[in-house]
Amino acid sequence: MQNDTALPIQISGLTKQYGDLYALNRVDLTVKSGEFLTLLGPSGSGKTTLLMAIAGFNRPDCGSIRFGDTEMILTPPHRRDVGMVFQSYALFPHMTVAENIGFPLKLRKVPPAVRTKKIEDALETVQLSGLGHRNIDQLSGGQRQRVALARAFVFAPRILLMDEPLSALDKKLRERMQIELKQLHRKLGVTTVYVTHDQREALTMSDRIAVINHGELIQVDNPEGIYNAPANEFVADFIGESTILPLQQSNGSLYYESQVVCPTPETNSSTYSLVIRPERLSLQKPDNADLLVFNGTVKESVYQGETVFVLITLDDSNEISVRYGTNAVSSTSQLEPDTRVDTFLRLSDVIVIPGTGQ
Amino acid sequence: MTVVADNTATNANALIRQRRREEWSVLSLAIPAALIIAFVVLLPVGWLFYLSFIGDDGQGTLEHYRKMIEYKSYYRVFITTFKVSILTTLICLALGYPLAYFLAQLPPRWAGFFMLAVLLPFWTSLLVRTYAWLVLLQRKGLLNEFAIDIGLWETPVKLVHNLTGTLIGMAHIMLPFLVLPLYNAMKKIDRDLMHAAANLGARPINAFWQIYFPLTMPGLVAGSLIVFVLCLGFYVTPAVLGGGRVVMVSTQITSILENQFNWGAASSLGVVLLVATIAVLFIAGRVFKLESALFGKG
Repeated sequence: MQNDTALPIQISGLTKQYGDLYALNRVDLTVKSGEFLTLLGPSGSGKTTLLMAIAGFNRPDCGSIRFGDTEMILTPPHRRDVGMVFQSYALFPHMTVAENIGFPLKLRKVPPAVRTKKIEDALETVQLSGLGHRNIDQLSGGQRQRVALARAFVFAPRILLMDEPLSALDKKLRERMQIELKQLHRKLGVTTVYVTHDQREALTMSDRIAVINHGELIQVDNPEGIYNAPANEFVADFIGESTILPLQQSNGSLYYESQVVCPTPETNSSTYSLVIRPERLSLQKPDNADLLVFNGTVKESVYQGETVFVLITLDDSNEISVRYGTNAVSSTSQLEPDTRVDTFLRLSDVIVIPGTGQ
Repeated sequence: MTVVADNTATNANALIRQRRREEWSVLSLAIPAALIIAFVVLLPVGWLFYLSFIGDDGQGTLEHYRKMIEYKSYYRVFITTFKVSILTTLICLALGYPLAYFLAQLPPRWAGFFMLAVLLPFWTSLLVRTYAWLVLLQRKGLLNEFAIDIGLWETPVKLVHNLTGTLIGMAHIMLPFLVLPLYNAMKKIDRDLMHAAANLGARPINAFWQIYFPLTMPGLVAGSLIVFVLCLGFYVTPAVLGGGRVVMVSTQITSILENQFNWGAASSLGVVLLVATIAVLFIAGRVFKLESALFGKG
């Protein structure tokens, strides 16, 4: 569902310096109307600084932030009309659940009868019907999270910002809330910017992911694009598990240990590396496919339920990590340490990135 | 599963004994303090209470309390005491709230420095501070001479030996008692709450009155009560800076003892002051949920 009032966000040249450190370095980013975009990066990467800049809580050094056609860079936070879910939830402890959710409505002079109705609707949406009279300290972590969410969208903001809203929840609840947030986003259709350092969460929830590090945007793409075609070693390493091996060049092709990987891509990089996702490797030799073969000995193997995680020392002394489906392993003795194994990678699963090679 | 009888459950009795021993050892830590309170507080107060019902002839009587109702002068003393205490508390609030806010906004290093400045007077003798105010405020004191020098006023203004002087001195001495709990309450307010208020559309003034101020209430109430109660029984400063013109209960007690050597009358004043103080705390406790204000979570 497309929300008529959803607004695109256009950020250009946004820079924020703390001393010598660039928290944001000439960031250009467009969030499409109604899109769910995740800012993904390690702590200190600048993702929260960027979100806070959109909300208006910090003052960038230069650049532009536009909601639709309107320049917002000088607009104080209370006039930006964006909903925000804080990492700490930031619920007002001296107000009840209903008063918290009603706070933005009251400020907008919504008449009491309408306000009550809207609060009830919001509570229903986040599945907390009937808890309006509760105090905040009577709620569980998951319930607080929902109240924070309800308060952020109850006044129908055209943009919703979320700062690691699920990081305080336990794993099970977090995974359920991811699905619920996604459904809620679909229902509201509001332009959403979501901040997380959890790559799995980013892959699960986003329409697009913006990977950020040292204050710079590294890559902006949909989850498949980010996972299957990482732009560089940082993205390949940060999102998903991966082994990165250097490639050799000769005669317009890239080689790994005398096996042809692919033609040299036309970029201005002089070196290339091979990125291997551990689950793409297989123990059985696939039929009718062009392959790379890796010969080595098992260094360590760990049974993890649905998969077996194996570290293999290759004969060229590089190390690769592999994840085999449990049902693809005929017997555990096959993966005892010091056993010799051959493992196969289809050329169609090969990911090549610039940099780090010889 | 069958329930195993208590005494046969493995180590059950030994574990219970161990727990009891620990509970007793914790309790015993409180014994010295309990003894001190018994001898230094409860016993003398009980003695005063007893004395207040003893007449000059050594017989039991309500005479002292009757006098307190009959004589207008006693009435005036109590009014003065409450007036000075309330005014001092209000002055401390007016000065202390902005000061605490300022301290709470500072980066830790600077907050430490300014906090030291607030606390420094604490480490000086009360008497010294009071006489220092006398030096500053008297007719030919520093303040008057400076004000006349720069032409603020022409003849010396009476700043001491009256209510003004008493209030100035007391407010100065009481200020830290208000600032500390207030600062503490302000420091506990999550920055995100103020961000959230702004984000939801609250102008700074709204965010302050609807979010920040209510959250500082516990500290505000605790600090004000401490100041108010301390003021009720204050002696040195009103005696010196009031110059005999500001007669509070404590000064009155002294003069009764010095002039009439009447322990009974002095004791009855003390008892009434104590009861009034307890009443104030009780009412405040009912209205403001004092336990949560003083001891955090309620």
